[in-house]
Amino acid sequence: MKQFQYVHPASQAAVLDAIAKPGSKIIAGGTNLVDLMKKGVMSPDKLIDINNLPLNTINTSPNGLHIGALTLNSVLSENSLVLDKHPLLAMALKAGASPQLRNMATVGGNMMQRTRCAYFYDTAMPCNKRAPGTGCGAMGGYNRMHAIFGASPQCIAVHPSDMCVALAALDATVTIAGKKGERRIPFTEFHRLPGEHPEMDNHLAAGEMILGLDIPDNNFSKNSYYLKVRDRQSYAFALVSVAAALEIQGGVIKQARLAMGGVAHKPWRLFDAEKFLAGKALTEENFNKAAQLAMLGAKAREYNAFKIKLAPATIAEALKHAGGLV
Amino acid sequence: MSDKKPIISPDSEGISNGTRRDFIKQSSVLTAVALTPGTVVHAASDHMDEQIAAVFEKMPLKMEVNGKPHSLQVEPRSTLLDILREQLDLTGTKKGCDHGQCGACTVHVDGHRVNSCLTLGVMVNGKRITTIEGLAKGEELHPMQEAFLKHDGFQCGYCTPGQIMSAVACIREGHANSEGEIREYMSGNICRCGAYPNIVNAIQEVKAGGQAV
Repeated sequence: MKQFQYVHPASQAAVLDAIAKPGSKIIAGGTNLVDLMKKGVMSPDKLIDINNLPLNTINTSPNGLHIGALTLNSVLSENSLVLDKHPLLAMALKAGASPQLRNMATVGGNMMQRTRCAYFYDTAMPCNKRAPGTGCGAMGGYNRMHAIFGASPQCIAVHPSDMCVALAALDATVTIAGKKGERRIPFTEFHRLPGEHPEMDNHLAAGEMILGLDIPDNNFSKNSYYLKVRDRQSYAFALVSVAAALEIQGGVIKQARLAMGGVAHKPWRLFDAEKFLAGKALTEENFNKAAQLAMLGAKAREYNAFKIKLAPATIAEALKHAGGLV
Repeated sequence: MSDKKPIISPDSEGISNGTRRDFIKQSSVLTAVALTPGTVVHAASDHMDEQIAAVFEKMPLKMEVNGKPHSLQVEPRSTLLDILREQLDLTGTKKGCDHGQCGACTVHVDGHRVNSCLTLGVMVNGKRITTIEGLAKGEELHPMQEAFLKHDGFQCGYCTPGQIMSAVACIREGHANSEGEIREYMSGNICRCGAYPNIVNAIQEVKAGGQAV
């Protein structure tokens, strides 16, 4: 690992000062960053440890449920407010990583984690995300894990998070701090598609940091489900995952929320399928139709064509669980 | 990677590959360190020129390991795993993949299991670490160690320290209530010999025994 300077500022103002300098990188849990630094994929000159900041609270607020950026994934997944109000988020968190990693990984760090594309990790291979302009190794390579939605000729990597898929479905907002003050953006607009700049995973500007999240109150807690399909039963990244949340009134779907993981450069919200389901009966046929709608525009590469069949089947299955049909 | 550059290179080639700005930075750091007594550098560590600290300064690390306080000097890039093994000679904690994928390096930090290979030493300053060496009370093995022996919860034994640290945490966390739950909450510990059924049996026995772990 390349040498770096380590600082441990005591205040948010000091953190914002420190990250304003090029080559600086925030570290919280470090589960992804330290790994990438060992591999030489990332090599910051300076690490800013933000664990002194009071950002690990979970509390109810006028905006719903507030979750501080330094909240550990393990703590969040077992928090009584989360289990009560947003069990979908707890399910997604428990589907991610291992208990040891969840004891280290923070909410903000989970959002900031990089793709697990093998070509991004292998510094001997071309990768427009790691080294812009060098090409994409995955495009003509072994792209079994890669995107079927929203990819660009420059990058077909996927975002690896489970937590973020649930947060996208639950209409969370992100609070971001910079030198000019704070701003809030919808969670679905935090991560970005690769386009011409796959080196940028999200819309966090240089010198900004994540303070926390808010999840608005909803009526999805009784009918939500996170279904993750992977190569082994636990502790593996998703081939496809689906967060499904339904508000049901008198046997009819009042509104639905759906998002997919493992298929795009960002958590992939299924707005068209959600609209279709509103006002529909809880039937397998409706779930299958919603799943087909969600697949419009999907594009497979050489080794990930199985996702074109797997994804709609996973959507329908997640909806069946959420709707209580299984 | 294209932007990978040596901060300090002892040979002229390294410097010639860098930019002029790097060269000036490097030379001034060298000069500053050469002219500054170590004690002064250390005393000023909170306010010192960032460039000096970046390259040369080892940082103080105080932590309690298995009940014993330690005061060390470590590079910021040293992982807790390497510090335990190389500086404290506690080689019970194993380096498997070194990338957080196998769990062989599992230790407890303030009572919670973590992958020590992904934990920077400087980030556990002031914390309490427990390794496999800290479980037994003298000659008396921890109940989980006894159970692994009884149930043959290993073959080659390399993953075993991590398995046992994780198994103890699994019970403490309240996630050992069924075979399925144990398998899920032990999924961060890989055993290439495939001793999983025996590991699950060992955990179930300790859990059923109701002893404090």
